[in-house]
Amino acid sequence: MALTRDQVRAIALLARVRVPDEGLEPMAKEISGILHWIEQLNEVDTEGVEPMTSVVAMTLPMRPDAVDDGGDPAAVLKGAPEPVDGFYAVPKVVE
Amino acid sequence: MSALTDLGIAEAAAGLAKRDFSAVELARAHIAAVAGARALNAFIVETPDAALAAAAESDKRRQDGRSLGVLDGIPLAIKDLFCTEGVQTTAGSRILKGFVPAYESTVTRNLKRAGAAMIGKTNLDEFAMGSSNITSAFGPVKNPWGPPLGRAGNKELVPGGSSGGSAAAIAAGLALGATGTDTGGSIRQPASFCGIVGLKPTYGRCSRFGIVAFASSLDQAGPMTRNVKDAALMLGAMAGHDPRDSTSAPIPCPDFARAAIAPVKGLRVGIPKEYRIEGMSSEIDALWRKGEQWLREQGAEVVEVSLPHTRYALPTYYIVAPAEASSNLARYDGVRFGLRVPGETLDDMYMNTRAAGFGPEVRRRILIGTYVLSAGYYDAYYLKAQKVRALIARDFRDAFATVDAILAPTAPSPAFAIGEKTEDPIAMYLNDVFTVPASLAGLPAMSVPAGLSAGGLPLGLQIIGRAFDEETVLRAGAAIERAAGFDTRPSRLVPAKAGKGDR
Amino acid sequence: MGAWRIQGESGEWEAVIGLEVHAQVISASKLFSGASAVFGAEPNTQVSLVDAGFPGMLPVLNEYCVEQAVRTGLGLKAKINLTSVFERKNYFYADLPAGYQISQYKYPLVGEGTVILDMPDGSTRPIGIERLHVEQDAGKSLHDQDPKRTFIDLNRSGVALMEIVSRPDLRTPEEAGIYLRKLRSILRYLGTCDGNMEEGSMRCDVNVSVRKPGEPLRTRAEIKNVNSVRFVMQAIEHEARRQVRAYEEGGKVVQETRLYDSHKGETRPMRAKEFAHDYRYFPDPDLLPLRLSPEYVDVIAATLPELPDEKKDRFMRDYGLSPYDAGVLVVERETADYFERAARGGEGVGRGGRDAKQVANWVISTLFGLLNAKGLPVTRSPVSADHLGKLVDLIADGTISGRIAKDVFEIMGETGRDPADIVAAKGLQQITDTGAIEAAVNQVIAANPDKAAEVRAGKVALLGWFTGQVMKATGGKANPAAVNAILKKKLSG
Ligand SMILES: [Mg+2]
Ligand SMILES: [Zn+2]
Repeated sequence: MALTRDQVRAIALLARVRVPDEGLEPMAKEISGILHWIEQLNEVDTEGVEPMTSVVAMTLPMRPDAVDDGGDPAAVLKGAPEPVDGFYAVPKVVE
Repeated sequence: MSALTDLGIAEAAAGLAKRDFSAVELARAHIAAVAGARALNAFIVETPDAALAAAAESDKRRQDGRSLGVLDGIPLAIKDLFCTEGVQTTAGSRILKGFVPAYESTVTRNLKRAGAAMIGKTNLDEFAMGSSNITSAFGPVKNPWGPPLGRAGNKELVPGGSSGGSAAAIAAGLALGATGTDTGGSIRQPASFCGIVGLKPTYGRCSRFGIVAFASSLDQAGPMTRNVKDAALMLGAMAGHDPRDSTSAPIPCPDFARAAIAPVKGLRVGIPKEYRIEGMSSEIDALWRKGEQWLREQGAEVVEVSLPHTRYALPTYYIVAPAEASSNLARYDGVRFGLRVPGETLDDMYMNTRAAGFGPEVRRRILIGTYVLSAGYYDAYYLKAQKVRALIARDFRDAFATVDAILAPTAPSPAFAIGEKTEDPIAMYLNDVFTVPASLAGLPAMSVPAGLSAGGLPLGLQIIGRAFDEETVLRAGAAIERAAGFDTRPSRLVPAKAGKGDR
Repeated sequence: MGAWRIQGESGEWEAVIGLEVHAQVISASKLFSGASAVFGAEPNTQVSLVDAGFPGMLPVLNEYCVEQAVRTGLGLKAKINLTSVFERKNYFYADLPAGYQISQYKYPLVGEGTVILDMPDGSTRPIGIERLHVEQDAGKSLHDQDPKRTFIDLNRSGVALMEIVSRPDLRTPEEAGIYLRKLRSILRYLGTCDGNMEEGSMRCDVNVSVRKPGEPLRTRAEIKNVNSVRFVMQAIEHEARRQVRAYEEGGKVVQETRLYDSHKGETRPMRAKEFAHDYRYFPDPDLLPLRLSPEYVDVIAATLPELPDEKKDRFMRDYGLSPYDAGVLVVERETADYFERAARGGEGVGRGGRDAKQVANWVISTLFGLLNAKGLPVTRSPVSADHLGKLVDLIADGTISGRIAKDVFEIMGETGRDPADIVAAKGLQQITDTGAIEAAVNQVIAANPDKAAEVRAGKVALLGWFTGQVMKATGGKANPAAVNAILKKKLSG
């Protein structure tokens, strides 16, 4: 499957990775090449095969409902770019 | 007595126990070696003070008769993918430059609790995405087996990746052991390139808590050492169930070191015929056959096995890993930590930050991962890959019905020059052709240095085992190690020692 | 309730409504971290590094949240899926730290169920539940604190939610309101969600489309995050009318998300998204499939409380209440408990077997009035259930009349005192002594000879006047039946 410039632009927006206009074409080529190579998977007959999401043959462990974390706003805000009054801050979002 | 930086972990532990030298002396020797080998760029951060402090405490414990065991006072290098409390952790990325976690990964915590002294954080491919260490935002690592330092003309070689800094550090005598992480070969392939031992344990053996995630269903931490026994010792300290990682296996750890000295007589070892790929170099093929021979000579039974979906492992991996990565790396957005590049709007800020913070390989994989998960393509790519992954795992299960371990090459070539294979991503991806299948199946696998290429560069052989059977992997690996009699000292560090390839 | 029809130029339209309710699970800690889930703390004080999406942090599932969701599923008479899968819903937003929400998608924990609506006319109407899945909440964005910046508080990030999705079975704003109240009632009975819409522990997304009756479904619009039952009803009304207008004017309705503006009384599209939505769901590789055993579910089922529907049936059956009265009494478990205690008599209180219908009347018409006026919940009622029961006893055994009982109740409401004490202290006992009543009757007749003559002449309607006069003369304490009997005897000539 060959990707178009517009598809690359759309994916880049979805992934929030800026790709400059002049980079779209080369990126489309590169990704298309990789996808083309990946598509050899189509040769494999996977009829009736259960998709494998984890190699771990056990059930999901759970923890008891106990409060044993949090309570330290300084720890979560330390190293934050531009925190304000105990909040993280970002450019204004208009809803 | 050889130099302190030439020792293995077990030897050093014995020396410490006998008071031949102190942990502080051991640490000083390695700190000096690290400082003297900065040209390799193996470390992103050096932590000499912390190492000395840990060593001093270790000496104190030993004096008081409270030694914590074999790792107490051993200088270790830590891949910069493990979060380390109070020490910058970057994952080799500009986006995390300056990030100092207030927490410790479970694996490094386990090692520190065993008394190990961290001497620094090693360089790696950005977010562990690469097989050459050239994608690091902190510059490439040079393979200690490359041309002797200072000799002009010859090109520097890659150490492999992504745990290239760790592999180089061990090979160059900068630490007695190092942690690596392996997602598709990131421990084994650099181990092969640098002539050291690298063990990727079974998925779930070591906790992923506190390790910067690349592809969560594949990532696994493991030891990188000079010999098999050391790998077993280190694994014993790293591994164990961790309730903070839901995929961590609640399975007790056996005495790995004991397993490493068991003979291989009667062991059934499989040779997967599909690994004999087209265009495989004759020297790799020859080494592989030599490995067979060594095992047979020690009483193992070697038989051919079939892993029919082998050739689909790489394309499967290059769907699964980028898909998971695209999601795992969404948290690097400039809001709560790490790099922020301002923008007019929130979305501008995101896009500016992530374009500037991620290197080209990471960006490429995020885009591929985003694409294969996106509406209309999920079934064709991601779901398909999950199904093929199931078939690959089934291949191994079938093979392990008749054999106890599998022997294969680790990498299709020795280390290549920095700058090579960079134009064609697929050529780079092919480095992992022999390591990725075991990763997809979550199986333990180890690379053991087995010989030198015609050009005098190390080559590794790989042992793959059943899930949670690292013991057999270690046992077979030790047999290869014994037979190969590999000298792990890179030529560049011993220029006087002639005959290690005439480059 | 008849079908709601919107009259358009081209004929009648009906609305098709489905609700997605996000109900915050009652738990001490968050769904995947050990930070507190309590509402209302200072910003970022209830945030673990897991909730803030720090590198290397991993989720570990809270077993109580799972139990709560299973309990809710059972309460909705729904199928519990023994295998369910947590997936990542990927999108970028400042209050979504990891860049994905851990939710359930293809394999939710709970499958199809039912909520029974109790209609005002006493009938019932089943509404299908499509699914219930468990997911994490996002943090909170504050847009109005600063002219240039949005502030982010992650206290809510990671709190457990149950998303309860109804089938598009609702047809009117009233039905939607009844559904929400009923759902809230069930959740509160179960103790799985406090249902507080003001604090956001229950939030509602409304899907609305319109069609000509009998037509297949048309395009729907989703109104996001409506935060009260009243607003949900209003939003549906406005949105349905807007869509009818659009069709009638030859336009069309697009599938989009809209906001309800309660000040303007209209819905409007959310900010046009420059970024298309594509959530790229995939199974979270940090978590394994959640597998539950049938025994696990059985144990939870065995501890389920009696729910409103069953209670209502029982109240009708055992107490002979009307569907309406029973329905009103069971909305809140506390009210139902109050009623039952009052009707049956608590330990050592009253004699039991009271006239339950009378108790129900007292609760619904008198007690509710008092509680409303005082703004108190039934659990803090100044009139205890035992006291109300005693009051009914006092009426039943003839100690006081129903009229006097109202006065006694009023005093109980102010003082919280035992009705028997009030009656004794104020001497409000009914006069049943026929001699005393006869004397009062004689007195009234003697004082009004003309009127007495009229009655004797056949103007029976005046009897009531005499009764009133006698009651007045006895301070309301005379037994009205006895007064009537004596009056009749004396005036029938
Ligand atoms: Mg929804
Ligand atoms: Zn939701």
